[in-house]
Amino acid sequence: MVQMEYYLIVSTIMMFVGIYGFLTRRNLLAMLIAVELILNSVDINFVVFNRFLFPGQLEGFFFSLFAIGISAAETAVAIAIIINIYRNIRNIQVKNLDKMKW
Amino acid sequence: MDYSSIFSYMYTEIALVGVAIAVLLYDLLAGERGRKFFHCFTCILMLLFIAGTVVPYHQGTGEVFGGMYVYSPVAGIVKSILAIGTLIVFLQADSWLRREDTTFKRGEFYVLTLSTLLGMDFMISSGHFMMFFIGLELASVPMACLVAFDKYRHNSAEAGAKYILSALFASGLMLYGISFLYGTTGTLYFEDMAPALDGNALQILAMAFFFTGLGFKISLVPFHLWTADTYEGAPTTVTSYLSVVSKAAAAFALMVVLVKVFAQMVEYWQLMLYIVIVLSITVANLFAIRQKNLKRFLAFSSISQAGYIMLAVISGTPYGMTSLIFYVLVYMVANLAAFGVISAVEQNSDGKVCMDDYNGLYRTNPKLTVIMTLALFSLAGIPPFAGFFSKFFIFAAAFEQGFHVLVFIALINTVISLYYYLLVVKAMFITPNDSPVANFRSDNSTRLSLILCLAGIIVLGLASCIFDGINLYSFGM
Repeated sequence: MVQMEYYLIVSTIMMFVGIYGFLTRRNLLAMLIAVELILNSVDINFVVFNRFLFPGQLEGFFFSLFAIGISAAETAVAIAIIINIYRNIRNIQVKNLDKMKW
Repeated sequence: MDYSSIFSYMYTEIALVGVAIAVLLYDLLAGERGRKFFHCFTCILMLLFIAGTVVPYHQGTGEVFGGMYVYSPVAGIVKSILAIGTLIVFLQADSWLRREDTTFKRGEFYVLTLSTLLGMDFMISSGHFMMFFIGLELASVPMACLVAFDKYRHNSAEAGAKYILSALFASGLMLYGISFLYGTTGTLYFEDMAPALDGNALQILAMAFFFTGLGFKISLVPFHLWTADTYEGAPTTVTSYLSVVSKAAAAFALMVVLVKVFAQMVEYWQLMLYIVIVLSITVANLFAIRQKNLKRFLAFSSISQAGYIMLAVISGTPYGMTSLIFYVLVYMVANLAAFGVISAVEQNSDGKVCMDDYNGLYRTNPKLTVIMTLALFSLAGIPPFAGFFSKFFIFAAAFEQGFHVLVFIALINTVISLYYYLLVVKAMFITPNDSPVANFRSDNSTRLSLILCLAGIIVLGLASCIFDGINLYSFGM
């Protein structure tokens, strides 16, 4: 059986890849994908902790289910806003979102 | 399962869902004639809702859904303060919502605002991290829709994108923190988690991540970067809602979680808050001085006000809780008055929001100018107005717990903040201008909201019964 640590290594890598991507990507959709990586790493964490450390419970499983649902709702709103930006300026590059600065 | 306890303890949320459904149905079913009274209908419903829930029904605490939802009288007080703020925002929203390009989506505005309010209500009386997270998201997802409400204005869409991406990022970090809290304690209930925490390194990391999520909502300094852009780009009414109601709810929820759940780790979160408070107040004050757009200016002012609110959180006492609620109430009326004036001027002058546009406003619109001045005086904390007393209580709460240097730094910053608040007053009263904003008469509901705010600014500080009344309920937190 695979040890718990290996799952946690995967989720930690996903988490920090997500943070790195969020800070370096220059396209709104790519930033959104990076944030999804962060949220998915959290789901892995919850499920792994629940499965290995507290096998009698269901709290972690349920939390990850709710987290998936809510992040889907958030993503839908984010994509709607990004589409709106595309309609306004025909572009979703971050460097064009500079009308308001400082 | 006993359903009566749900109705007896969750009455605020159930009533709010009822209000939201009624507004939705009215929007759907009312004909052309009925829609004329839509604004009236919504405001009266909100008024009834506030009248029905303003006094807590129970003296003690109570639990619903096995402790996921915790009722406490002090949370009830905060909820009614938030509802009053929402009502004032609704009153101010009318002239904006009657414009041709937004009038057909008035119903959406009301329903989205009410659902964010519902999310905040769930967040501040949650007893479980899942409930807390759902409440937080229910508050922030519709908020993003509100920020991007002016679909065809690029600024609004840009603000919406900046808000939703930062919100997603912050909630991702917060969830990561919660996952480690779960991994180290094996529970997500606030009550069970508190004794299980022992302050090891992983838990400190988890707490810092968790703090990020709420720090984003309150817009404290390391997490404040979205604030100015979102406040500037969002419609002015939404900005006022965002700066007051959402911030107040998150500040209260943060204090409850830190005091209840992280009681074992008090020295760690006090150190963390210490740094964040000094940074928030100082950085925001320095940035506020150089702003030329009034909405941006108030954004930085609200960041520094959030720093002051954290002074109550760092004390962690029931007295601190009372002064937090009182501060939030006073800050709410003052900030809503300022935003009400800005919104009125913007609607009646073709979108003027820069400080230079306000030059010589006193000669053309003396009443609005006086309200704005009093609101800014209250925000700065000049004695006869409520802002002075709320700041005094906050400082006293932190001073009592031995944060002398911190209170001293905050006091110095109050003087700096006085400088930039007076810059606006100077522009309105002294700076000459050949073509000031023309004289106009704002609509009745805006006038009503401004009168309510003005009464709040003057009365709240002088009527000691309000502070005492809040104090009665904040004993057990």
